[in-house]
Amino acid sequence: MFAVAGVALFGIGCMGLLRSGTDLRRILALNVMGVGVFNVLIATAYDPAGASDPVPHALVITGIVVAVSATAFALVLARAAGRDEDAD
Amino acid sequence: MIPDPGLPWVLLAVLAPLAGAVLAFVLSLAAAQIAAIVGIVTTVSVVGALRQTIEQGATAYVIGGWSPPLGIALVNDGIAAMMLGMTATVFVAAGLAASRYVQGERGVLFWVLFLGLWASLNAHFLSGDLFNLYVTLELVGLSAVALTGFTLKPAALRAALNYLYVSLGGSLLYLMGVALLYRAYGALDIATLASMFEPDLPSFTALGLMTLGLLLKSALFPLHFWLPAAHANAAAPVSALLSAVVVKAAFYLILRLWLEFAPPPGAYACLGVLGGGAVIWGSIGALRAPRLKLLIAYSTVAQLGYLFLAFPLLNEGAVALEAILLFALTHAVAKAAMFIAAGDIATAVGHDRLGQLKDPGRPLAPAKFAFAIAGVSIIGLPPTGGFVAKWLMLTGSIDAGNWLIAAVLIVGSLLAGAYVFRAVARFFVSRPAIAAIGTPVLVGGRGWEALGLATASLLLGFSSGLVEMVLRAAEPLGGSR
Repeated sequence: MFAVAGVALFGIGCMGLLRSGTDLRRILALNVMGVGVFNVLIATAYDPAGASDPVPHALVITGIVVAVSATAFALVLARAAGRDEDAD
Repeated sequence: MIPDPGLPWVLLAVLAPLAGAVLAFVLSLAAAQIAAIVGIVTTVSVVGALRQTIEQGATAYVIGGWSPPLGIALVNDGIAAMMLGMTATVFVAAGLAASRYVQGERGVLFWVLFLGLWASLNAHFLSGDLFNLYVTLELVGLSAVALTGFTLKPAALRAALNYLYVSLGGSLLYLMGVALLYRAYGALDIATLASMFEPDLPSFTALGLMTLGLLLKSALFPLHFWLPAAHANAAAPVSALLSAVVVKAAFYLILRLWLEFAPPPGAYACLGVLGGGAVIWGSIGALRAPRLKLLIAYSTVAQLGYLFLAFPLLNEGAVALEAILLFALTHAVAKAAMFIAAGDIATAVGHDRLGQLKDPGRPLAPAKFAFAIAGVSIIGLPPTGGFVAKWLMLTGSIDAGNWLIAAVLIVGSLLAGAYVFRAVARFFVSRPAIAAIGTPVLVGGRGWEALGLATASLLLGFSSGLVEMVLRAAEPLGGSR
């Protein structure tokens, strides 16, 4: 269930990235894609028998760190690029 | 189990530039000197790693003694060793060229990014774990984007931002594939996965997603839309790094994955068709480009096409891995030479608009010759490495009866000849822009670094056996073929 939702989120993010015109929307779409992947990974960790697999958790944490820094960088870059274009 | 290499040269090749980047950032002074020292240390360790590969074959350095699947190994086989060597060659030349461009406070940031990119690339080529490869892909992408926008010119910033979207989107597609593979097999180590891999639909879906993401990053036609702007608007030494090495990082991973997981033949044919499209489309783009650097960037689109064009032949066994690797290596040095030479010429002349480009004059003779020699290698004329690689592909395609690929190879070479001469004619035929009398004040370089790289592309033509030797010595992990 979570995995299906994750794949759906990933698809929505992809569509958003391809369709939207503004920088902010694109950055958000990338984040939605990322959350989709994390969802699939977390769903993989779940084991109804009890102990869950720790590896996907480690991957998701690393992924979140990468995503946050990438988003911050993208926002700064988008602002700088947008400011120049407004000035022109 | 792959043997331990003994001396951990590979670890040093990753740690030295990483430590240098951190040190330069924290001290925020003498960054150029730190970069110089680190550059020497890294180059020495890459040479050490190459020697190890020739003497001992493929090795794996297990970090901290924790072996996979729990720990992380740095896997150094023939392909990885050659990629390390290629990266070091281009980085040394680009670093020397860049040392003239960047100074002062912002210079520190440049060297931090430069060393960071080098460390990430080396780590990328040595990783044997799908998730580590995701992290290195992101690191390579982020530092490459930052370097693209480093000039802070509006066009460069916009190109960098679009590059960033492509890079992040590609990484996430790749990561989704990794997540699906982990769901199916519960493993991330490539060697472990390869031993369990079942050729069923879910596995190929995962592999397809990963490949799509990587194709986006390696700018295979028609996913190349972001490349010309990014590579043409960055500073010349940065363009050299991007075109020569960074796109190859994604290509390397595709090659590695496909060698290990062997997708169906139809997939190879598909990549071949796209590669052919890239050769034609990229060459036409280069013929129409109004600026010199844009021309070189489009030429990269075309040259990357050849790498994928050979995929169907590789699958049929008609073309050996050597030919593809030799092509990648030669393109790296030749393309870096062209960008650095173009940067020096543009600095001397004041612009790089092809229509008004003049002969930069005698002081820039090294840059002119470097561009010409590198161009000869890009076209694929003897005696360059480009010729040997293309010849191997051509005879392979004719032996396999694949006339379509042979035709694309020939047409592509003719088009390459046309666009290279479009630029070279400007340097040698038109009247000098700088008066030959007196000593002109040169702010930029004269193109010696570019000439060094161009010479390397010539030497690769004579020493193509070396590529074969390194590969033979270290049968790559996907050594089934």
